[in-house]
Amino acid sequence: MDKEEYLKLVKKNNKEKNIIKNALISFLVGGFLGSIFHILTSLIISYCSVSKEFACGISLFIFILVAVVLTGIGVFDKLVSKYKFGLIIPITGFAHSIASSLLEYKKDGLITGLGANMFKLAGAVILYGSVAGVIFALLKVIIYG
Amino acid sequence: MASIRFKNAYLGVSKTISTNNERIDTTFKVDNYFYGERTVECAEEKMQIKVLDTLRNGEKIDLVIGADLSNQLGITNKVMSKIDIPYLGVYSACSSYVEELILASNFLKNSCFKNIACLISSHNLDSERTYRYPVEYGTITRNTQTFTATGAIASLVTKSETNIKIESATIGKAIDYGVKDANNMGAVMAPGAADTLINHLKDLKRDISYYDLVLTGDLGKLGSDLFLTILSKNDITIKKHIDSGSILIRDKELTKQGASGPICLPIVLTEKILKENKYKRILIIGTGALFNTTMSNQKRSLPCISHAVSLEVN
Repeated sequence: MDKEEYLKLVKKNNKEKNIIKNALISFLVGGFLGSIFHILTSLIISYCSVSKEFACGISLFIFILVAVVLTGIGVFDKLVSKYKFGLIIPITGFAHSIASSLLEYKKDGLITGLGANMFKLAGAVILYGSVAGVIFALLKVIIYG
Repeated sequence: MASIRFKNAYLGVSKTISTNNERIDTTFKVDNYFYGERTVECAEEKMQIKVLDTLRNGEKIDLVIGADLSNQLGITNKVMSKIDIPYLGVYSACSSYVEELILASNFLKNSCFKNIACLISSHNLDSERTYRYPVEYGTITRNTQTFTATGAIASLVTKSETNIKIESATIGKAIDYGVKDANNMGAVMAPGAADTLINHLKDLKRDISYYDLVLTGDLGKLGSDLFLTILSKNDITIKKHIDSGSILIRDKELTKQGASGPICLPIVLTEKILKENKYKRILIIGTGALFNTTMSNQKRSLPCISHAVSLEVN
């Protein structure tokens, strides 16, 4: 059997991935989290009479805290395999990636362990998030002046 | 020709340890991944020391051949620094145990050694960290993914006669069929396993019906299908094939393919197949994906290697 024939066979045997189903679950879960965020922010604004920006900050803080605590007690990764990337795309995923790296490398020392590896997974998000921010800001200036 | 016949090599007792995830009765059981230690590396070391010390209690050992999956064999090296016996470290991923058996049998043939211990271990959390993401990081489990088994084994290969004879062996070639997906190890390893089996039969001029059982390492369910497909294209039909990984862990939540890791084959062989005593002639094929994370990130394809050893049970 030659290589090409084999690779075709591998592809045929691997009946994987229900992409549409996964995407739908991610969409619904992500949307659900988004609505909870919105409700939470509105509640904070009406009950604590603070500005919208401040209320957003508090809601973000709550989301991050919940994600980190769930990672720490070892629940978040199981939730991800169930609810797919709906949990990873919002800020919860960012917090989770940092928390899981910290847990993994805490025994390797403060500099070579925590320091060097804290943004191992989140680094990509920070870098490409900033790049995307620059590109969209440029587009906005070009289109709207 | 890469096959060797042995006259005076026998497989003696084996001491094993595993966690509750592995569905098999081992000499010792561990109830959590940390085994009372601070880090997973220390836990794996402790497992190796436990099985090796238990094995040493009964016999005088002249040489230890050891392997694990950590970078630069860190764990076995550390363990052997605490034990006063000459030591050889080997690495061929999940086929290391069979490589150890071949080396040990060959030493028995050509030197004054009498008892050689083959030591091997793998740890789920340790390999996750070496090869994939941080342990707590959640990703979507792929259909093709396997789950590294946790445990250790120390087996005695000896000149004094036992009921399991190491009869012959075939050393495999490193084979690369161009599979790049590091989450589909079965597909990476299947061509290597088939190639070694075909060479083994050719070298020793045997028909496949000579063997009552062909026991592969950790091909998983998809890998086993591919392995059998390649063989059937070469007109080889196996009487009975068991894949150790597929039967070692059956938890659907953890993995759809089964277990992987160098520990799968030896633990299933010694604790299940040899204890059942149903098969007389057994061919064990250790299958290893020679996987390096740097090369894999650079989108290079993954080579694999398989070694085979023929056992005769009396």
